[in-house]
This record gives sequence, structure tokens and C-alpha cells, in this order.
Amino acid sequence: MTGHDFLKLMPIIILAATPLIIMLAIAIKRNHLITAVLSVVGLFAALFAIPGAKYTNGDQVSNLFIIDQYALFYFALMFLATIVIIVPSFQYLELRFKGNREEYYLLLLTATFGSVGLAASNHFISFFLSLEILSVSLYALVAYLRHQNDGIEAGLKYLILAAVSSAFLLFGMSLVYSQVGSMQFKDVINFLSQNGNYNFISIAGVALMVVGFGFKLAVVPFHMWSPDVYQGAPAPVSAFIASVSKGGILALLFRFFAEFNIVQSRPLFTIFALIAVFSMFVGNFLALLQSNVKRLLAYSSIAHFGYILVAFIAGNAQQQFKGVEAATFYIVSYFITIIGAFMIIGLISNEEREGMEMSDYRGLYWRHPWLSVALSAMMFSLAGIPLTSGFIAKYYILASGISTKLWTLIIILIINSALGVYYYLRVTVEMFSNVDAEQKATLISPNVGILSGILLAVLTIALVWLGVYPTGLIGSIQAAMF
Amino acid sequence: MTLTFLFAWLILGGLLAWLAGRWNKEAPRWISLGFMIVHLIVSVRLWISFLTNKGLTLAQGEWFLMEKSPWIPQWGIQYFLAVDGLSILLIVLTSFLGLLAVACSWKGIQERVGFFFFNLLWILAGISGVFMALDLFLFYFFWEIMLIPLYFLIGIWGHSNRIYATIKFFIFTQASGLFMLISILALYFIHGSQTGHYTFDYVELLGTQVSPKIAFWLMLGFFLGFGVKLPAVPVHTWLPDAHTEAPTAGSVVLAGLVLKAGAYGFIRFLMPLFPQAGKEFAMVAMILGIIGIIYAAMVAFAQNDLKRLVAYTSVSHMGFVLLGVFAWNQLALQGAVMIILSHGLSTGALFILVGDIYDRLHTRDMDKLGGLWSVTPRLGGFGMVFALASLGLPGLANFVGEFLVLLGVYQVSVPIAALATLGFIASTIYSLWMIQKTFFGKNVNEWKMPDATPREISIYAALVVALLWLGLFPNTVLRTSRQALKNLQQITSQYFQGSKEATTNPSVEELNKSRSNYGGLE
Repeated sequence: MTGHDFLKLMPIIILAATPLIIMLAIAIKRNHLITAVLSVVGLFAALFAIPGAKYTNGDQVSNLFIIDQYALFYFALMFLATIVIIVPSFQYLELRFKGNREEYYLLLLTATFGSVGLAASNHFISFFLSLEILSVSLYALVAYLRHQNDGIEAGLKYLILAAVSSAFLLFGMSLVYSQVGSMQFKDVINFLSQNGNYNFISIAGVALMVVGFGFKLAVVPFHMWSPDVYQGAPAPVSAFIASVSKGGILALLFRFFAEFNIVQSRPLFTIFALIAVFSMFVGNFLALLQSNVKRLLAYSSIAHFGYILVAFIAGNAQQQFKGVEAATFYIVSYFITIIGAFMIIGLISNEEREGMEMSDYRGLYWRHPWLSVALSAMMFSLAGIPLTSGFIAKYYILASGISTKLWTLIIILIINSALGVYYYLRVTVEMFSNVDAEQKATLISPNVGILSGILLAVLTIALVWLGVYPTGLIGSIQAAMF
Repeated sequence: MTLTFLFAWLILGGLLAWLAGRWNKEAPRWISLGFMIVHLIVSVRLWISFLTNKGLTLAQGEWFLMEKSPWIPQWGIQYFLAVDGLSILLIVLTSFLGLLAVACSWKGIQERVGFFFFNLLWILAGISGVFMALDLFLFYFFWEIMLIPLYFLIGIWGHSNRIYATIKFFIFTQASGLFMLISILALYFIHGSQTGHYTFDYVELLGTQVSPKIAFWLMLGFFLGFGVKLPAVPVHTWLPDAHTEAPTAGSVVLAGLVLKAGAYGFIRFLMPLFPQAGKEFAMVAMILGIIGIIYAAMVAFAQNDLKRLVAYTSVSHMGFVLLGVFAWNQLALQGAVMIILSHGLSTGALFILVGDIYDRLHTRDMDKLGGLWSVTPRLGGFGMVFALASLGLPGLANFVGEFLVLLGVYQVSVPIAALATLGFIASTIYSLWMIQKTFFGKNVNEWKMPDATPREISIYAALVVALLWLGLFPNTVLRTSRQALKNLQQITSQYFQGSKEATTNPSVEELNKSRSNYGGLE
């Protein structure tokens, strides 16, 4: 390994070292606060190593990893997201979990490690290993509150389904390998780009890999696990699954198909277009029926990844409004929004339960105005209403779709946006409704810590800032594209 | 900076009112009042300087005031605000009705006062932006921004069935807006691929060559966006619900300003951007207008709820605007602008009146009302004037507008003009019916209530003066909008040969000479 490689890998190395240090720290003295602080420090250190990696030459690090601007952009995004998730996690665990809290951070960091690895993968081996590191950490995280039946159930569901999907993925990879003879993404895509190579086995291999992708992204028809897992997992873990875990897989998906024009490949276009359309419709329709906010967010997340797939299908071919740029912008916006929303759910919890029923939010505005304003902003952003980043993000996707003339998908996206507005508004309406006296007794009073409050304010401001002045982020995304 | 000020000032005012509302109930009211007065002064001064400084002879492509700077340069999006006569009229209307909306919610709103005025001022800010934005993205941005506060305004301070009404309203307007967004984007890409210059600049997009077939679909996207706001039959169904449930200020702003944004969109964007498609579609649109005029008038007559009645009259009057716009000649356009203003005033006035009655009696059911004249002669008198204005009595503002629209439409299609006159009969019937049921007849339930307070009287008086002024001396307004409309017509002159006035710009002398007749139209 050369010095360049070392610098390039520095963010990952620091990230990998942090759990080890934490393990040692736990061995010396078990303390929740110290562990949390150590993990935040580790993540910040990894974050600060990014500029060093950015200005070092030689993107390709061994055969397995490629650490280019694109990967580093996702690194920064995921590090920041995990830092933001750790703060409410601390508060959440203090309140709701009496057992050993420290290992939670170990798992969170290894999960982040897996996700980050995905963003930098360039080879089937690194892809699969990163994915498994991510998944295995998540099995434990989902069921971390082990005194709760919901959590255990969610963890088991996730374990079984994720293991099955990994098997599909592996089988798909081996089929593809049997045709291509290489596990480098570039070789695989070059192989697929030549029309003559469309034989049954290679298409079947890619399709089986799509099952693996689809499962992690929770797009229809591989979405069954997500509402239960979102509901059963602790709120910060749900936030992590919705953001960092899915973000890693998407980053990999974009890289894998970066040089490939999906619109021109009939079988792949059909597969992805169908997944996108069904995700949008199923996600939104089922979300309409939910009275549980976590499940609602789970279904809405299915729909959102349908939207992102539209941009993904639009691809990289056109000059203006590249699909991958649009999708990346959407992911950033979605990260901010969904982490913020789950953070608020975590804050509206007490020792017995999380405030995830719609009725827990009734009249929140009159009890806790700032919290409800923040949540409204998140909901408006998810609905894609101007002044929030969600609008610019949706606009970006629409533009990328129109510039590649995906009219049908765009019209379906519009119809789904209108559907989505309905249930996001229901949450805000609930917050601004009046509470009758007998309900008042059962309401959970939110306890917002200083740090959570500040973070939430930062997220909300970022949301509005990106909605009004997205120029900076667009610029850095465009600079980070491969 | 005046243009930025016109919307930023209200954003600031809203934030201040909200913050102040956390400590004091009175403060937000006074803050909003102060901010609206300043806004009105600024916009009226803008108008006066427009009238005195060359504003009347702006050539096509010139703007009286303009602010332009890059906003999202990667996408060719600019911060581009500009005003001509048309915009200025609508901005003055916004300030005026905004001020009255603040005044009329002085007593009625007792809960969460700060947040109420925050929402009210932000709606007004969004509307001011819509009337000034000439970058299509910025326009869409403002267009959507005004929805959220309006949604809160109705959803929180509305009446019993407000949740249903707000969600219906929001989904209708949001979905239609997105179709408009697709059209905007498609136009952007077509223009970009032709010229290599990707921009949302309205002025640059004007000359885009779009194949007729695509242009028709793009035009339809815009039509949907504006038509839902206007509202045109058959996409009007959200409006009666929203109006019925909205608080008084919400109704005033909705009827007086939000609907006008739709009308403005037709005039400023739809026709100039897609003249050919607009012309092809004109007959359909005018028939929709006619259906709106007659159908809504009939439905209005069938209402028991006073407020719902007024809401349906809005739909009916907006039918005239649709007629005027799609007739697309100088007379009809002048008339449409005039209706935009006069309907804003007269319907706003009726909504305020209905709100005041409701505050006193807690009912709007016309079967229970009656004989209120003897109890509250002042309210009754004002109500009479507003109802007469609404039915189009000569001497009051609405008459001028509707008359001009009929003249203009007559040049295009005689049967449609003839059918539209039926609207006059219908509006006479429902207006008088409304007055009869409310103020005359027997006071069966022996209602007792205080008569208009000085605050209310000053609101009504301001409206009556404005209605009379527009009705008797419409010249100032007609002169203001004349050149702007001409310029818009000139853009489309290729497709509308009939509009002969659009070929040359008149000199100041000509304008002065023709001041004595109606705005120097012919």
C-alpha cells in the first residue's frame, strides 16, 4: 500500500478504528456518555480526513475500492448523518433502555462503515462484504431494545429477509461472473453495454442482483419488511435505516450503472420502470391508510425511492439535469428530512412507548410550537412544497425525467405527489388540531434536550436554506459526479 | 429595490407579528396594520410614479421597474422581478385588500393571533411575488408558497368542516400546479435545445418555436394550473368548500387575490407563451366560461348559506374573466382586468359583510335570517351597495368590466356574448334574492344585534369609495393597464390579426386626447 492509498483510505481507516477504541474504552470503563462522545469524535476525525483524501491522486485503491470525489461526497454525507443520529440516540437510550447501552454505538459505527464501504465499492467482493457488514450490524440494532416484543419481531424479520436477499444477490453475482469473467463493475457494465451480450443468464443475473438492491432499498415488491422494521426498531435506528443504509446502496447502484444508459436497454428499463411505478403507487396508497407515523414514513419512504428511481432511470446521458445529480440531491434532502422526522418521533417518547400514533401529535403546536414547526417543515419537504429542500429535489427529478422524455413516469410521479400531499398534510393538520380534555391525560409531553433542540433547528434551517438557495449544494454535487 | 421590498417587507412583517404574538395579543394586529399601511403607501406611490413617469408608453419588452440577478445559475434560474401597468394594478389591489383583511380580522380572531397574522402576511407576500415574477421558476415558487399559509389560515381558524375543505383545496391547487410545472420545464428544455441557452426567463421564452401539437399540451398544463385557481368550471369544486370554511380574512384574500393570480396567469403567461394553441383553445375556454357564468349563478341561487352563495357568485364572475381573456382583444382584456379589480373589491366586501353578520348571529343560514335592515340599517345599506355592485349596476365598478368584456367578446363571437348577458340576469336575481332574504322581509327570529362599529364602517366606506371611483372614473385604471395589455397583444399579433390596435404604440398626445372617453379604447 502506497502513501497515497493510505491517505485515500484515511476516512475509512479512522471510521474502522473508532469501534476498536470504543471496545477498549468499554473494557476499561463502561460509561454511556463517554462512548457516545468517543463515537462522535471518531466520526468527526473521519470527516476531517476527507479533504486530505480529496486532494490526493490515485482514486483507485487496490482492485476493490475507488475513492473518488463521488465516494467522498457520500462519505461526508453519511458521517454527518450518523453524527446527527447519535445525539438523539443518546437521549433515547437514556430514557428507554436500562441494559448495556454502549454496544449500540459500536453497531452504529460498523453499520456506517458498511454503508461507506458500499459507496466506495468497485468490485463484487467489496460490495458484498460491505453489504454484509451493514446488514449484520442492523440485525442487532433493530432488535436492540430486547425487552420489547416489537423490536425482536422486527429484528427477526429483517434478519431472515435480508439473509434471503443476500443469497439472491450472491447467486446473481455468480451468474453475471460466469458470463463476464470479471467482478469489476467496469467490466460488467462494458459487457452489458454490448447488445449482443444479452443472453438469458446475464439478464437473469442482473435481475437477481436487482432483488438484492431492491430489498435494501425497500422498493416494491421487496418492501414487505420495511413498515414492521421501521415501527419495531428504535426511532434513531429507523432513521439510520431510512437514510444511511439506503443511501449507501443507492450510491453503489448509481456507480454500478454510471456508464450504462438504462433508457436504451429494454429489459433493464422495464425492470426498473416497473419497480419505480409500483413503488410510487403502492407506497403512497398504503401510506394513505396509516395512522401510525412510523409506518406512514416507512410507506412514504417506499414511494420516495420510487421517485429516486425515476431520476436513476433518467441516468447520466443528458447535459442538463443529470439524473444521478438529481437523485443525489434528493438523497441529501431526504436525509435531512427523514432524520429530522425520526428525531422528533424519538423526542416524543416516554419510558413506556414511543409517540408514533397520529393521535400523539394532536395539538402538538399548542404544547410545543417549535417542535411542531420543525416537523411541519419536514412534512412539507417530504410533500415537496416550495421553501423546503424537498421541492427543489422533486423539481430536480422532474427536470431530469423531462429532459430524457420519460413522460409516463413523470405523469405518474405527479399523480403520486398529489396523493402524498394528502397524508403529509394529515400529520400537520393533526398537530394544529385542538385536544379535548380526556385526551390530554394520555398525551406524551416531549422533552427536548438542548443538543437535540439545536440539531433540530440546524436541520430545519438547512431544509429551508436548501429550498431557497440550493446553488451551493448543486455545485458541489456536480463537482462530485464521476 | 422597490419590488423586492414589496414582498420582503411582508415576509418580515409576518415574522415580527408571529414573534410578537407570543407575548401580546394586541401587538400582532398593530404590527400587521402598520406593515400593510406602509405596503399600501409604497405601492400607491409606485402607481403614481408610473402614471407620471413614462409608464404609459412602455414599448414591448420594456418594464417600468426591473430587478434581475442570478439565483440558481446552474439551471438558468434568475431572480427576475419586473412590473408593468398590469402588475402595478394588481399589486395595489393586493395592498388594499390586504389592509382590509387585516382590519376585518381585528376582533374576529382571538386565538393564536400572532400565527394568524403571520400566515395572512405571508399569503400576501406570495401573491405580491406572483404578480411581479417574470422568471417562470420564480413565478412557480411564489405560486406555491402562498398555498401553505392559506392552508393554515383555513385549517386552523376555519369553521367546522375545515379539514376536509383545506385538504381538498390543497390537493386541487398543488396537483394542478405540478402540471403547470411540467409545462414550464418542457418549455425550458425546448427553448434550451433550440438556442443552447437554458433559461426560465419569461422574456426569452416568449419567442420559443414549439410545434403546434406540443404547444397545445403545454398550453393545457398552464390552463390546468391557472384554471383551477381561477376557478373555471369543472375544476371549481374546491372553491365553495374553501370559502365556506375559511375565516373572513381568508375568504377576502382567497376571492380577492388568489383567484386573481389565476386570471393574471392567463393574461401574462398562457396567451403570450402559446398564442397559437391559445387561439385554438379559445372557443373551448370561452364555452367553459359561459358554463361557469350561468351554472354557478344558478347554483348560487340555490344556496341557503350566505357565504356559499357569495362563493358561487365568484365562480360566476370569474367566468367573465375567462371570456375576456380568451377573446383576447383590447376591449375584452381591459374588461377582464377591470373585473379582476372590481370583483376583488365587491366580493371582498360581501365576504367581510357576511363575516360581520356571522360574528354577531353565529349563523349564515338565510332561512333563519331576515328583516335585519330595521335592526342594523348601516350594515344593510352597505350590503345593498355591495350587492348592487356585484350584480353590475352602472356607476359601480363591476359594470365597467363586464360591459367591456361583452363588447370585446361580441367582436369575436356574437352567440357567446349573447349567452353571457344571461349572466347579468342571473346575477341580478341572486343578488337581490340575497338582500331580500337577509335584510328585508320579516325578522322572524327576532334577531337583535349591534349595528356597524366605526372600524367596520371605515372598512365598508373605503370599499364603497373604491367601487364608486372605479365605476365612475375607470380611466386611470384603464390607462394604466392599456399599454401593458397592448404589448402582450403585440406578442401574439401574428395569430390574432383582428386586434388591429396592437400594431403601433400611441403617443402621449393621443392618449391625452382620448382621455375623455372610456380610457381611449377606440
